[in-house]
Amino acid sequence: MSEHSAYRPQSAFMQWLERRLPIAGLVHSSFIVYPTPRNLNYWWTFGGILSFMLGVQIITGIVLAMHYTPHVDYAFNSVESIMRDVNYGWLLRYLHANGASFFFIAVYAHIIRGMYYGSYKEPREVLWILGVILFLLMIVTGFMGYVLPWGQMSFWAATVITNLFSAFPVVGDPVVTWLWGGYAVGNPTLNRFYSLHYLLPFIIAGVVVLHIWALHMVGQNNPTGVEPKTPKDTVAFTPYATVKDAFFIAVFCLFYAWFVFYIPNYLGHSDNYIMANPGQTPTHIVPEWYYLPFYAILRAIPSKLLGVCALLASILLLAFLPWLDTSRVRSANYRPLFRQFLIVWFLVVIGLGYLGSQPPEGGYVIAARVLTAYYFIFLLIILPLLGLFEKTKPLPNSISEAVLREGLPAGASAPPPGGARG
Amino acid sequence: MNHTRGIVLAFGLAVSLSALGARAALAQEQEIPPKQHWSFAGPFGLYDPAQLQRGFKIYKEVCSNCHSIKLLAFRNLADPGGPGFTEAQAAAIAAGYQITDGPNDQGEMFQRSGKLADHFPPPFPNDQAARAALGGKLPPDMSVLAKARSVERGFPWFIFDAFTQYQEDGPDYIHAILNGYEDHPPAGVTLPPGAEYNKYFPGHAIGMPKPLNDGQVQYTDGTPMTVDQYGRDVAAFLMWVAEPTLDARKRLGFQVFVFLIVLSGLLYFTKRMVWYEVKHQS
Repeated sequence: MSEHSAYRPQSAFMQWLERRLPIAGLVHSSFIVYPTPRNLNYWWTFGGILSFMLGVQIITGIVLAMHYTPHVDYAFNSVESIMRDVNYGWLLRYLHANGASFFFIAVYAHIIRGMYYGSYKEPREVLWILGVILFLLMIVTGFMGYVLPWGQMSFWAATVITNLFSAFPVVGDPVVTWLWGGYAVGNPTLNRFYSLHYLLPFIIAGVVVLHIWALHMVGQNNPTGVEPKTPKDTVAFTPYATVKDAFFIAVFCLFYAWFVFYIPNYLGHSDNYIMANPGQTPTHIVPEWYYLPFYAILRAIPSKLLGVCALLASILLLAFLPWLDTSRVRSANYRPLFRQFLIVWFLVVIGLGYLGSQPPEGGYVIAARVLTAYYFIFLLIILPLLGLFEKTKPLPNSISEAVLREGLPAGASAPPPGGARG
Repeated sequence: MNHTRGIVLAFGLAVSLSALGARAALAQEQEIPPKQHWSFAGPFGLYDPAQLQRGFKIYKEVCSNCHSIKLLAFRNLADPGGPGFTEAQAAAIAAGYQITDGPNDQGEMFQRSGKLADHFPPPFPNDQAARAALGGKLPPDMSVLAKARSVERGFPWFIFDAFTQYQEDGPDYIHAILNGYEDHPPAGVTLPPGAEYNKYFPGHAIGMPKPLNDGQVQYTDGTPMTVDQYGRDVAAFLMWVAEPTLDARKRLGFQVFVFLIVLSGLLYFTKRMVWYEVKHQS
């Protein structure tokens, strides 16, 4: 059922168009007959969810931009005016603010899946690196978006994060002044952040196209990590993957709607409902929850410069995963030791997230240092060594064999990786 | 196998021990405001118009002497999901205020009575005037105050809050502040001049003198005239001021939920049908 059937336009118009611009053929080969492994579980639906969330953010963002005023004196009240005076303005704003969080929830799930099943390995290195670039762009875009409402946390987060660049010797201070467009975070800063916050999502969309292009060159990985060998191993993208993605997007929307309609301010910080005041520093300056693990790493290092380097390294190292991981076996399901070390690493990242939200004092600092050490030891030492010493489980000969051996219905109800094999 | 379990255990222990220590330190620092019953809590909770009207009365008679609500317009008083005043009533309330308008054709600012489109005029023309009149203290604007105040919930409570939809820590805090005044600070605590002791205020030294006493604001509907009740009413009013679209949000939310649950169900069974042959071939 998954054999590549060439696109044959039916109508005279489509035949005419196909000879001039084969766009229908491209859609046909990329999203209709494109073969996907038949054993994909629900962790593979987050790519579709991410595309959906990018669309939600762009559409709500464009409408919000029509009502927002990027000026230090008006920004805060213009956001409140969106909440009060714009028809369904509260809905647009809560969709957008919580949408950022759910975009990150989806991207973290997507990254967890990629790491667990070794999706970064040969021949998917470029696909993975494009993904890390997308993650970086999301981080920058999200940060700038958080500054726009011009509340206390907006202002002080902008101050703290831009100040990080001052840690670099010689160039540090001029760079910070250049970023600010002045000698402190002020109106020029807000204006450029607004401009870039509008620009970057379209760059993200462009890199997403490259990401999907790279994906369609090498094909999807799957829970066994064994490449599809025969047409029996795959099913056509439409209807199989489309309907599964659609179902899980609807479930994800339920989760999203819970926050938007019932606890819209749960993920925000109450201080951001106080207008920015450069003369008053909040007791604890905390970033949005999705940056907390990296914030904890930054603060765990006593030296500011080294802390900034560790922060950058914690993200950039991910791009080198294809080479840090020396094992030839992809899926953690066949790598018992890797699986345990990786799950600990995920827990450590969650732990770092909690510590990032707490004041940097006493036991919190010690715990953050221990967890930061494991974060880097796993990536730089454990991963390269595991590939050399680990005894892996025998791989199935094909996806179909694995499906049969497992005695589970293909794809339909494959358990999540955490509980797949105890 | 065993050594990785050891690692997990060690990490878990390190994190939980340090967290416990810090929790204890935090608990000494701030009293947790007691949770109140709010009509607008939960997935179906909506504002109680009578309570908002009582809260508005307290704001008008007491709070508004020092605190502004710059973002609230008189027309909002007649908005659906609010205190339920009629447009005529809201216009009458507006007419009771003097608004500075202008400049007129002569280039002069002038006073006129308020209209529905006007916002509530602030008690002081600017922050400096407020400070000068109040011994250096600046009362915060109350437009979004109920969302700008929160209670540090800590682990694991903040996780439960996502499921129980606890979003009323702001009103709980406002109610607690109004009821947290103590005539004499505990032994050993000295307050800076001009400050009073409040059990729930961070640092306990609050600049605002006790604003409400039993029987101070007259209720005509038989509601008890106690500080406890005043606190709840004015906190509910301030929540409405901060989030005037809550009723619309919860109503639409329920419709969205019904739609999404039906859609998810239909898509689930469609998916099962589509995948049936794949499941039952090989």
